[in-house]
Amino acid sequence: MSEHIVSPKIYAVIGSTLLLFTGITVYAAYVDLGPLNIVVALAIATFKATLVVLYFMHLRYSPKRTQLVIIAGVFWLAVMLFMTLSDYITRA
Amino acid sequence: MHRTGELYGQFQTLDQQRESATLGMWVFLVTEILFFGGLFLTYTINRHAYGVAFGVGSNTLDLKLGGFNTAVLIASSFTMAMAVWASQTGRKTQVTVFLILTLILGSTFLGIKVVEYAQKFEHHLVPGQGFDISYHSQNPSATDTPREIAAEKEELEKAFSRDPYLNSHAQLYFSLYFGMTGLHALHMVVGAGLLIWLIRQSIRGRFTPDYNTPVELIGLYWHFVDIVWIYLFPLLYLIDRHK
Repeated sequence: MSEHIVSPKIYAVIGSTLLLFTGITVYAAYVDLGPLNIVVALAIATFKATLVVLYFMHLRYSPKRTQLVIIAGVFWLAVMLFMTLSDYITRA
Repeated sequence: MHRTGELYGQFQTLDQQRESATLGMWVFLVTEILFFGGLFLTYTINRHAYGVAFGVGSNTLDLKLGGFNTAVLIASSFTMAMAVWASQTGRKTQVTVFLILTLILGSTFLGIKVVEYAQKFEHHLVPGQGFDISYHSQNPSATDTPREIAAEKEELEKAFSRDPYLNSHAQLYFSLYFGMTGLHALHMVVGAGLLIWLIRQSIRGRFTPDYNTPVELIGLYWHFVDIVWIYLFPLLYLIDRHK
């Protein structure tokens, strides 16, 4: 069986990091960063999501073909958000 | 079906067979990105247009319950990952234990969501007839302190002066709140059903290091639903908290 077995220790570290950053994002919400608040919130959420995808969902240990599928999905989402926003934000 | 992890004719090796199953689940999850993505796009446009109302709406959410629920889901992803590990290392009893823990945590999440939804109904924050963003400030409950009520009234006054149509725009926020958390909760219920099926199979000792594909695949689905919440939480609960 060539499937890579991720150790419980790594899961525990990732899980704790996720909890820690949940606390950080709540704390950051109470600091007035102006327009940066949303940037920070999304950056933290993306960091947490990346940890879940790479380690809990084993993407780090998956074939490149599988990794490409997820990247394609995220790319599609980025295009949809970017293109739609570029319309709305540039409206008079 | 794959009762003993036998090799099917179209595959050359068991590894290839297992990888193709995993890839299939990932492709499905990409369609889920499309599914939720549409709602996230709607949220983005509406928040951009009605920022004040979204801030007011967000502040009505119970951050303690939301934060706790986030921790619950993260814990459930941990227990789900442990269930996969247990199945990979032949610890049959632990597979069942971790799956049950995951189910308990997921159910806890749903229970808290029920409490939150009930609060929304009580406070007239359900879009449609009877929606009134000012209702709670005018009809506070016994547990609200005078300072909290005064702060809420002041916040609403400021918000109405910046957006005269606050009540209508706040309904947009709550439509998205119910729509997005509702769709997410629906996915959790499906996940719970899958877990129950998985637990029954696990009790019968079906999952071994040679064959644990269902555990892995349902694990992927569960983690994805967790990721959706990881984004929902800051976007719905943490708007304008510093104000």
